[in-house]
Amino acid sequence: MIEPSVLVVDDEVQFVETLVKRLDRRGVKVNSAHSGQEALDTLEGSGATKTDVVVLDVKMPGMDGLETLALIKEKHPLVEVIMLTGHATVESAIEGMKHGAYDYLMKPCDLDVLMEKLNAAAVKKREHEAKILEARATMISLRRGD
Amino acid sequence: MTTPDTTDRSSTPRISVRSMVLGLALIVLAPLAITGAINLKQFQVVYRNKVENELAVMIERHSFIIDSFIQDRLSDVRVITREHPIERLSDADFLRQVLNLMREEYHGAFVDLGLVTESGVQIAYAGPFNLEMADYSSAMWFEQAFDDESYVSDVFAGLRGTPHFIVATQRRVGDETVILKATIDFEAFNAVVEGIRIGDTGFAFIINREGKFQTRPQFEVSLNQAPYAGVLDGSIRSDRIHVVDGENRLGEPSIFTFAPLKQGSWLLCYQQETADALGEVRRMVRVAIIALLIVAVGALVISYFVSRNLAYQFAEADRERTVMTHQVIETGRLASIGELAAGIAHEINNPVAIMVQEAGWIDDLLNDEDPTSEENLEEINRAVSQIRTQGDRCKEITYKLLSFARKTDPSVREVVLNDIVEEVIGLTSQKTRYANVQIVKNLEPDLPAIQASPTEMQQVLLNLVNNAVDAFETPGGTVTVVTRAEGDAVVLKVSDTGKGIPEANLGRIFDPFFTTKPVGQGTGLGLSICYGIVEKIGGTITVESEIDEGTTFTASFPREPIEEPQETKPNSEREGQ
Repeated sequence: MIEPSVLVVDDEVQFVETLVKRLDRRGVKVNSAHSGQEALDTLEGSGATKTDVVVLDVKMPGMDGLETLALIKEKHPLVEVIMLTGHATVESAIEGMKHGAYDYLMKPCDLDVLMEKLNAAAVKKREHEAKILEARATMISLRRGD
Repeated sequence: MTTPDTTDRSSTPRISVRSMVLGLALIVLAPLAITGAINLKQFQVVYRNKVENELAVMIERHSFIIDSFIQDRLSDVRVITREHPIERLSDADFLRQVLNLMREEYHGAFVDLGLVTESGVQIAYAGPFNLEMADYSSAMWFEQAFDDESYVSDVFAGLRGTPHFIVATQRRVGDETVILKATIDFEAFNAVVEGIRIGDTGFAFIINREGKFQTRPQFEVSLNQAPYAGVLDGSIRSDRIHVVDGENRLGEPSIFTFAPLKQGSWLLCYQQETADALGEVRRMVRVAIIALLIVAVGALVISYFVSRNLAYQFAEADRERTVMTHQVIETGRLASIGELAAGIAHEINNPVAIMVQEAGWIDDLLNDEDPTSEENLEEINRAVSQIRTQGDRCKEITYKLLSFARKTDPSVREVVLNDIVEEVIGLTSQKTRYANVQIVKNLEPDLPAIQASPTEMQQVLLNLVNNAVDAFETPGGTVTVVTRAEGDAVVLKVSDTGKGIPEANLGRIFDPFFTTKPVGQGTGLGLSICYGIVEKIGGTITVESEIDEGTTFTASFPREPIEEPQETKPNSEREGQ
């Protein structure tokens, strides 16, 4: 069982707080942010390597979920993003998935479902990283001419 | 879709047929009456002038005839006087001979002949009266006859006591003067004037300057009255033909015509009631009025029919507008309810999410508790799970509300309704079996495709079929699903043989949250969602229902997309960014 490292981004502070507590109980390393900008700053600060999955609310004041997604994907392409949405913004979530989000969930979400998706996303990210490391190793060995 | 402006509904005042008839009739008749009246007046004036001119000409002719008659008689006498020596004229036998000749010649105009000497004694006489040796020396005419060479007297009774007048000429032989006088038969003369009759009331007579009748008027005439008085006192000129308007002695408007006779010493008078003289005009007026009445009746009849037709069309337009207004209001009402619902759903969604989250958190915490330490643990668990269940219910409601209000769906594509019907009937087979409901499909093969979202169409059909199945109070019944192409539309009908919908509810069934199902079994959003979806793709959905007979929902979809692809894409893109 991997322990995914997660960043929860939502402007609803209460929602984020409880979600953080619950995820924490399930052995997930959780950070939280209350706006798109804060999320980007956190990723920048902690380093993308320490965060596997971002749970991103679509509807936020200021920079919304899709904009934040675009910036995350631009600066930290390996970080997986799960869109969190109300029903009316399902289209936005779909749009987000087209632009590289891993999956989406509708609010209010079942925690077990969220855990599954988090794990899957984290696995994907780690595998992805592993492949990159592998490729890099191959490249280095090729360069060495072995 | 916006809420219709309420001022649109302010009904225009109803135009009554009667006021329209009156208005139209007035428009037609007023000019007619005015021009008619003007023409008639004009005609009257012209015709009156014409009549007066004719009268003047006629009277002039007659005055000429009468003057000629008198002059001719005078000439006759003058010729006799000149032709024959006094000795012969003094012979009564000769005079008788001449008189007979003249009577033969002039149809008895002459009554007698007599020769009067200077002393006034009639020395010779021929005629019916015994007037030989009569003395005229004191007679008025005698003096005047001596002054003039020829003389025509006024009418007078004289010695014989009957009205007559005389013509006389004198003859001078040396110092001696004799006068040959002839008496003109009054009746003969009278007949000449009496013969002037026109119409019923026109008649002529002669008066002298003193206002004495020279002939008998057929009707009574009062010479003291205007205009005779004016003629007699000279205030009305009478030295030529003159036409005057006035009243006769009975007070009837009349036309009076005067012509001088005998060098102005007599007046030929003619009078006729105006109405009689202008009888032609009266007939014309009558004809014109009858024509006007006929036209008026015609105009009234025509304007009645035109007005009725117009009023009918107005009413029809009114009715159509009311129906339209109702539809617009209905659409607008549902649209605004939808927007409101969407807003509420959005706002409620987040708190519900937090509540469910917190319930989950409690659940998590309870898992750590020692099952034995908490005596109410089971009850708390139940409560938390209930919070979650109800939260899910809230979630369902808000989702449905949002899908009712949702404006766009990016997955619009060509959809064949028949495929959807098959799918949905498959999906509901479990439920229908349970309810013992038979589903009859009557699908038109080769049904044209429509532009819609397949999932939304599924939702519409699912809702309609589920509703139809729920319509049966007792298990068993038939639900019929029909598709067919109708002109430019594809029509879907879902009918059931269930309990029907009361009329009071029919108007509300598309309203969100309107439901007759028990609490917890229906949100009242199914048909609202159907309505929203169908309207969105440019279709219509209607319902017909009869209590205990069943209900039919008819949805009609446009065959060709109504700007749908052009409209949907930019929208979805905008929302996607």
